[in-house]
Amino acid sequence: MQRRLLTKGGTAAGGLAVAVALGLAGTGLAIAQAWLLAHVIASAFLGGAGIDALVLTLALLAIVLLGRACVSWASELVAVRISARVKADLRARLMAAAVAQGPRLAAERSSARTALLVTRGLDALDGFYARYVPQLVLAAVVPVAVVVCLAAVDLVAALTVALTVPLIPVFMVLIGRMSASHRDRRWAALGRLAHRFADVVAGLPTLRAFGRAEAQVAALRRVTDAYRASTIATLRIAFLSAMVLELLATISVAMVAVGVGLRLQAGDLGLEVGLFALVLAPEAYLPLRRLGAEFHAAEEGVAAARDAFALLDEAAGRDPAGASGTLEPPPRIAALRIEGVSVVQPRRDVEAPAGASVEVRPGEVVALTGPSGAGKSTLLGVVLGFVAPTCGRVVVVAPDGTSLDVAALDADAWLARIAWVPQTPYLAPVSVADNIRLGAPDASEAQVAGALAAVGLGDVPADRVLGERGSGLSGGQRRRIGVARSLVRGAPVLLLDEPTAGLDAEAEREVLAAVRAEADRGAIVLLVAHRPGAMAEADRTVAVCWRGLGPGADDDTGAEADTGAEAEADAIELTNACEAGLAEADEAELADAGRAGEAELADAGRAAEAVDAAVLAAQAAVSGARGPRA
Amino acid sequence: MSALVAVLRLGRPVTPRLLLAVLAGVGAAGCAIGLTATSAWLIARAAEQPPMFALMLAITGVRAFGIGRGLLRYAERLAAHDAAFRVLAELRAASYAHLARLAPAGLAELRSGDLLARLVGDVDGLADLWLRVLLPLASAGIAAAAAVLVVTGLLPVAGLVLAVTVLLTVVGAPLAAGAVARHAERRLAPARGELAETALETLHGAPELVALGAAPRALAAVAAVSDRLAVAERGSALGAGTGTLVAGLASGAALWVSILTGIAAVRDGSLAGVGLAVVALTPIAVHEVVAPLAPAARLLPALAVSAGRVRDLLTRPEPVAEPASPAPVPTGPLGLRARSLLVRYPGTETDALGPINLDVAAGAHVVVTGASGTGKSTLAAACLRFLDPAGGLLELVGPHAAADITTLRGDDVRRAVGLCEQDPHVFDGTLGDNLRLARPSATAEELDAALGTAGLRAFARGLPKGLDTAVGEHGARLSGGQRQRLALARALLADVRVLVLDEPTEHLDEVAARAFVVELAKAGAGRTVLVLTHRPELFSDVGWSRGPDLAARGADAAARGS
Repeated sequence: MQRRLLTKGGTAAGGLAVAVALGLAGTGLAIAQAWLLAHVIASAFLGGAGIDALVLTLALLAIVLLGRACVSWASELVAVRISARVKADLRARLMAAAVAQGPRLAAERSSARTALLVTRGLDALDGFYARYVPQLVLAAVVPVAVVVCLAAVDLVAALTVALTVPLIPVFMVLIGRMSASHRDRRWAALGRLAHRFADVVAGLPTLRAFGRAEAQVAALRRVTDAYRASTIATLRIAFLSAMVLELLATISVAMVAVGVGLRLQAGDLGLEVGLFALVLAPEAYLPLRRLGAEFHAAEEGVAAARDAFALLDEAAGRDPAGASGTLEPPPRIAALRIEGVSVVQPRRDVEAPAGASVEVRPGEVVALTGPSGAGKSTLLGVVLGFVAPTCGRVVVVAPDGTSLDVAALDADAWLARIAWVPQTPYLAPVSVADNIRLGAPDASEAQVAGALAAVGLGDVPADRVLGERGSGLSGGQRRRIGVARSLVRGAPVLLLDEPTAGLDAEAEREVLAAVRAEADRGAIVLLVAHRPGAMAEADRTVAVCWRGLGPGADDDTGAEADTGAEAEADAIELTNACEAGLAEADEAELADAGRAGEAELADAGRAAEAVDAAVLAAQAAVSGARGPRA
Repeated sequence: MSALVAVLRLGRPVTPRLLLAVLAGVGAAGCAIGLTATSAWLIARAAEQPPMFALMLAITGVRAFGIGRGLLRYAERLAAHDAAFRVLAELRAASYAHLARLAPAGLAELRSGDLLARLVGDVDGLADLWLRVLLPLASAGIAAAAAVLVVTGLLPVAGLVLAVTVLLTVVGAPLAAGAVARHAERRLAPARGELAETALETLHGAPELVALGAAPRALAAVAAVSDRLAVAERGSALGAGTGTLVAGLASGAALWVSILTGIAAVRDGSLAGVGLAVVALTPIAVHEVVAPLAPAARLLPALAVSAGRVRDLLTRPEPVAEPASPAPVPTGPLGLRARSLLVRYPGTETDALGPINLDVAAGAHVVVTGASGTGKSTLAAACLRFLDPAGGLLELVGPHAAADITTLRGDDVRRAVGLCEQDPHVFDGTLGDNLRLARPSATAEELDAALGTAGLRAFARGLPKGLDTAVGEHGARLSGGQRQRLALARALLADVRVLVLDEPTEHLDEVAARAFVVELAKAGAGRTVLVLTHRPELFSDVGWSRGPDLAARGADAAARGS
């Protein structure tokens, strides 16, 4: 994983080369400094030289010291630049992959989790690039250079360093192995503690009402304390290996110093060489020790990278959602035919839709009806090419009678023929007009105004800028903007998912009239309808139904990703669904109950996402509050 | 900075542990400096080829410092982590204890999850103040000061230079870094927020963006924000780099000036030749020890902001004045009586409720009507003594005596009066944990009965793990209706004489709500029940009597006035 992060693309290569060059320059300067120092001290002490005799050496020393400060400054800047570039690049690739997978991914991976990865998650790479990589470079270069230099002047000191330095990486690996699991557990427990604190603070009113607030003070202290005791016990062992590492480094330096001292006393060695060895020896251990200290930063970075690469690999391992063929759809479409389409819903023991068939010709409005959960929206997904049918197919029929499976069509070309309005249309935080132009960037102002008027939103100013997720608009207005967006697209195929839900009778009439006008201009219109008004407007209605797959079919396909807790959540969700099902008592209540049931299911599905979003918001707030981490 | 000092006081009980960590840290840093200084002396002296015994002490010293450094560093790490955990426990407990006296009325505007999360993050983040700033600062600072003294003893000018460059590293470098990075860092947090928002928006809209062919444009917009963030990050890094540069220059200057003055001193005889090596090499070790302090010191401004927020919270006035000598709560069945009751939240100028008159006889089931914003939750808070009346009178009425609520202790009131809140908090634990909160000693039968009344029995029994099912953070694994019912079951379980329910039917559909009202009447038999709702028509059965309408309080007051 580290290798992949380092070699990843060409983005980091140039910067890494500069980082290595700076590392080499720093090493050269360190050796030069040691030699100059040794020379100056030896000359002044034993040779009795004065400042005037040493001017040149002192000037050189000043330049070397200045150079070292500048090199460490530059390598820090370079590291951050690499990090920023890699992050931007990974971010762009992640977003592109996630958006391309979007229609499919939405069901499997929450947007909030991906957003968290793209923002805070990738920030963990800073530690990897800005702190770990520079040290890694130094750790590879400096010890070797030091040993070579020492060998040239004092073989014994060189041997002492050469024998002990390789032990450090060995111990570092041991430390890594030993403490990684400790630390993981520790962070997890720390996270739980912080969560518990947050939970108790949030629930303070409730605790007070039940007279339990005071008891929690002691409980908080007790839990943190028990955690502290157990953690310290494991840390005693984890830090032990760090201590061995530290001892190794300092004792080696002490050994060099004593050895040099003894040989000096015996007259086997000159002072200049002795001082050179003494100043240089610690330099061999410093980068290795610092590397050990940055181990954690590296691991965090690697963990974040693992998530990122997993998503990228997942995306690369399969085609983007949508039709995956290469064929051009016919220039004119004579009919859209759904032939016995069934889709097995992951995690639910059902096929929904089950064997849906319908043919729609230009100029026709066909309504899909059926109870909630029957798979009407899924069927639209199959037509779009976002969902692969378990069996059956959707074909477009050309005027000459040839028919093409939509799965064989070029995705972009096919989607360009469709105007799709989902149940809750996406609204970008831009103006109403720009939202309507999202699918038709070249639409004129008159076209936008015409579309707005057609859906009964003539009084909404087109230049009004929307808030986050269309805040400031009612649910009905949002839907109608979605419909208006599909109108300006002038597409031959219109797919509308409950376009009139939540609209009053007047607005519903206007929207349906606009849809009818699209059919009259020759569009194929397929709409999901719950309400009698929409059904009445359709030329035909087709019932979509679902089918249980029986007790034998274990559908726990997502089980390996499921933790026990999630499985429980599923159990609760299912119970909810049953309750909602029971409530669907009579025909009049059907629509309401269906919506409620759908909402509840959607809520349950989105609950995890909401938690993620909350985490994101909280983190944003915390980071905003605490400022950038140094 | 004064806020930091105030927060520091919270860690006072841990002082001995902190001192232990500092002591070990000073020892470890001292050993590192000592190793270099003694080695320098040893080698310089050895070059004069003295008799062996003259070097023995130095040789022993070098070995001792070499071993001592590793051991003391180990001790420091353990002691520091131990102390940090203790500080964290103290911080949490102390801030929680303060918050508990304020909640809920004194924290009204903290209801939003964001602010609360930020507060919790502030408190936990302040543990960094000790572990990452104060402990290293103390141990490295003391060791460096000792080294300065030793060097000053050898050559006063070199000591002065060392002291100045250490200060430059610890104080000057973070200041310089802050000055350079200030502009970029101010843009960093907003840029991060904007990126998170745009990314989330784009991911949410992904299916439609793909369908509309608008995905490339949306991705380009995200990339633009991402680039802006990268610019801010680079600016911030430039600041951090400036700190490194200043520290590096200070370290180099210390070394160079020491040598220069040392050579001059050796020439004029004020410094022994052996001392030159010590004076020249000690600054290297000292600067290595103090170098990590510069980044640590840069945490201080952010920590000061956190500390300020925590202190503001901890110094808030308490919303309720507890009586010096509390009266006893009347015995026997209890009722409530309010006369011209006025309530306002601390720090506000307007009345959140009142004036109202209310009579709830002992054992009666009374419904008070109020649209949202008319003070239902305020009335509930007053009945539980979360808030003091700003005017008028609120009494708990027993068969023999009545007591003004302001003469009672809050905890005593809440043993007699229970509440089911409008937006109940469900704790991240099991169903059973959440229920037993109300009565830790509750038996299985009692739990089951409460669940039955709240309409949750079938659901609970249907779960594979029953009451041991985890409900998730904020009860995320329950639907809104289920959360509400769980809170009701919890309130019913509490052994109180008066039960106040704030919008108990809020998340229930019509059928479930009517069933609940019937069950509530049964379960509440023998207890006084006060329901606050905007849907009084649900409580039209016999047995429920209609109290005042809070929305009509103006008219009510006018009528009383005439």
